Amino acid sequence: MDFLVNWISNVPGFAVPFALAALGLILTEKSGVLSLGAEGFMLMGAMAGVGAVILTAQPELALLVAALAAAMVSMIFAVLVVILRVNQVIAGLAMVFLCQGLTSLIATLEGWTSRAIIGLAKLPIPGLADLPVVGRIVFQQDIVVYLTLPIFFAVQWFLTRTETGLKLRAVGENPEAADSAGINVSLYRTGAIAAGAALVGLAGGYLSVAVAKIWVDGMAGGRGWIAIALVIFARWHPWRALFGAVLFGAIEALIPRVAAVGIQVPQYFMLMTPYVATLLVMIWAAMRGNVRLDEPGALGRPHVREERR
Amino acid sequence: MTPALELSGITKSFDGFMALSAVDFAVSYGEVHALLGENGAGKSSLMNVAAGLYAPDEGHIRIDGRPVAIRGPLDAKANSVGMVHQHFKLVRPFNALENILLSDPRGSYAGGLREIASEVARHCEALGFEVDVDKPVGTLSIAEQQRIEILKALVGGARILILDEPTAVLSDQESDRLLKTIRSIAAQGAAVVLVTHKLGEVIAHADRVTVMRGGKTVATADPRAVSVPDLTQMIVGSNVHEVPSPSQKIGEQLLTVTDLRGARADGHVALTGTTFTVRAGEIYGIAGVGGNGQSELAEILMGVRKPLSGRIDLAGVDDVSGEGPQERRARGLAFIPADRHTWGLAGALSIADNFAVAGVLSGKYGTPIRVDGAAIRAATRKAVEAFDVQGVRSPGQKAALLSGGNAQKLVIAREFSGSPRVVLAHSPSRGLDVRASAAVHERLRSARDAGAGVLLISEDLDEILLLADRVGVMNRGRIAAEFFSPVDRHAVGRALVHHG
Repeated sequence: MDFLVNWISNVPGFAVPFALAALGLILTEKSGVLSLGAEGFMLMGAMAGVGAVILTAQPELALLVAALAAAMVSMIFAVLVVILRVNQVIAGLAMVFLCQGLTSLIATLEGWTSRAIIGLAKLPIPGLADLPVVGRIVFQQDIVVYLTLPIFFAVQWFLTRTETGLKLRAVGENPEAADSAGINVSLYRTGAIAAGAALVGLAGGYLSVAVAKIWVDGMAGGRGWIAIALVIFARWHPWRALFGAVLFGAIEALIPRVAAVGIQVPQYFMLMTPYVATLLVMIWAAMRGNVRLDEPGALGRPHVREERR
Repeated sequence: MTPALELSGITKSFDGFMALSAVDFAVSYGEVHALLGENGAGKSSLMNVAAGLYAPDEGHIRIDGRPVAIRGPLDAKANSVGMVHQHFKLVRPFNALENILLSDPRGSYAGGLREIASEVARHCEALGFEVDVDKPVGTLSIAEQQRIEILKALVGGARILILDEPTAVLSDQESDRLLKTIRSIAAQGAAVVLVTHKLGEVIAHADRVTVMRGGKTVATADPRAVSVPDLTQMIVGSNVHEVPSPSQKIGEQLLTVTDLRGARADGHVALTGTTFTVRAGEIYGIAGVGGNGQSELAEILMGVRKPLSGRIDLAGVDDVSGEGPQERRARGLAFIPADRHTWGLAGALSIADNFAVAGVLSGKYGTPIRVDGAAIRAATRKAVEAFDVQGVRSPGQKAALLSGGNAQKLVIAREFSGSPRVVLAHSPSRGLDVRASAAVHERLRSARDAGAGVLLISEDLDEILLLADRVGVMNRGRIAAEFFSPVDRHAVGRALVHHG
């Protein structure tokens, strides 16, 4: 019983980075931009978050800085794919390597690497936090966990219940039709890249500021890539992505618990499980049928405006 | 009465090609005004100017007598001009209401949808439309999607409605229904421009007709006051400059196509029972307005598309319709495709590779596991010289660097290198200048005189009349009429544009 409560109460903390990153990717990809740079944006957020905590000692502010930093660096990506219409796969991969190098460089120069920081504090809800079992699982989390659900509601509402969201989806499905309806395709795509990267950056910041409470090079550890797999698994639906994130969070949360109760499993086998699970999920998604039906119609396709000479 | 939309002196050129030269056109409220002409006459270009897709080089646009500048689709919309394009601008996963909201934002999603739903219902009732507004438009029929495009224009406040070849994608019953709808839209006070190449539609449904040919307006008239032969003459013109040279010796049947039926990739049945014969020593020309099944016929004959039913007898062999392109080539079929850069040549490969590719397994260029580069280059040099391909510095040069005419000559050099018995040429002179097309024509004639059967599919009536010994007119997927040389141009013209 104690094992279960310990495990489940740790799931939200592990699930949040996956959830926010996947949501950010969905937002970007709904505009028709294939975003493979998530791992990079996540690293940028994680590094900027730690830097901000060291400089200001305010973890909440640091999370905002993390989102902002990722959004800023994503503008390089936006210039590449929206304005210069570079191949989106290549540009995304380039962003990953750029951010890996850049975060490592900045953190080393500033001396932020491997420095323990004051992390994001838990925020127990008065009264509810003392409830048996449920209190520990639900009401002794931090602010980001509490906010994740409202953020999902907000993004889902934006995409399906606002005119701006309708236009964003039109840009991702059929940019030519959107263009002829007077929608500025480049502007919408740039906005979607920035907003999506901000969410991915927030996920990265949460990873370093709330979970690890330290910065080390490459600490995103492939979670950006897992988020990309999650988006495909979720077929670009926010709620399914949240479900997938909780699933992966549960697996990750299990790893330290198993070790703590003294079950003998090779450490590297346990560390491998999220990636094996990713593969299995992808195979399952592929076997379930046509993923492309739900994929935004113009995903990965640059928009070249019809000749108006 | 002031015209609703008046275009005067519109001139527009693309890369030196004059698409429109000093065109005048006017349409009034309450009328259906047909814009009639062959493919490439400039009809769509002119209407794209009115809809803000093309900026004219010269000329003026007036709406309700007032000069306006239309710089984009939004300007056109603000001036109450709405256009239904040949290729619909719809977002397939969205339903009709969402598609309309997209081009006509109301500031609120839920409220906008409610407003649009009631406006759509009002228009539907006035026009006798039925449209499913809740399903994704991608799941609806083409006719329904077209109705949604019309509703989109009307809800957006269009009082000048332009329909670009609206019946090209519809069945007969759907076309009838659409044309009646168009009449009632005009009866309710809108100005309607009907762009079409179908004479029957014009005579039955238009109040006035403007005929375009070669980027100029030929005449504007009342379609019921002009005789059909006169209208036909206006559309096709009559300017022959090269002398035809008829076949001297016609021999046995080389290609017989019997009751061939075939579908496009989207399931539309484009060939509806095509039957014809090509004999040795003749050029059989298939004339027709684009989109009547010519491309599907060419692909099925080549073996890259499977027919639904019917048979193809090739060079004395019964029914080759189950064979692939390579087997048919081995039987003596050569193919000059319409799109030489997609189907004819691999631009990134060298001229020598492009020349040799069809013959690598013939043994002429080494064995299947070792290609004899020297033999390929020598054969290429010889062919390049024999077929007068200009601009070849070396056989190793990329094929993409050749100009259109020379690329076509290279295709012909390759296709004719095996002394074919049947030549299938699909729009072989499209995009070529006069000199290059004359060279291509000469090659087709000499293949015929050497005893091959030549099947020439072309949308260019002049080319057909110049070359063909017999002419079949293709109309909606079958040969609707056949003519023997010398062919009466106007009879062919009538068979081309008659609808029904």
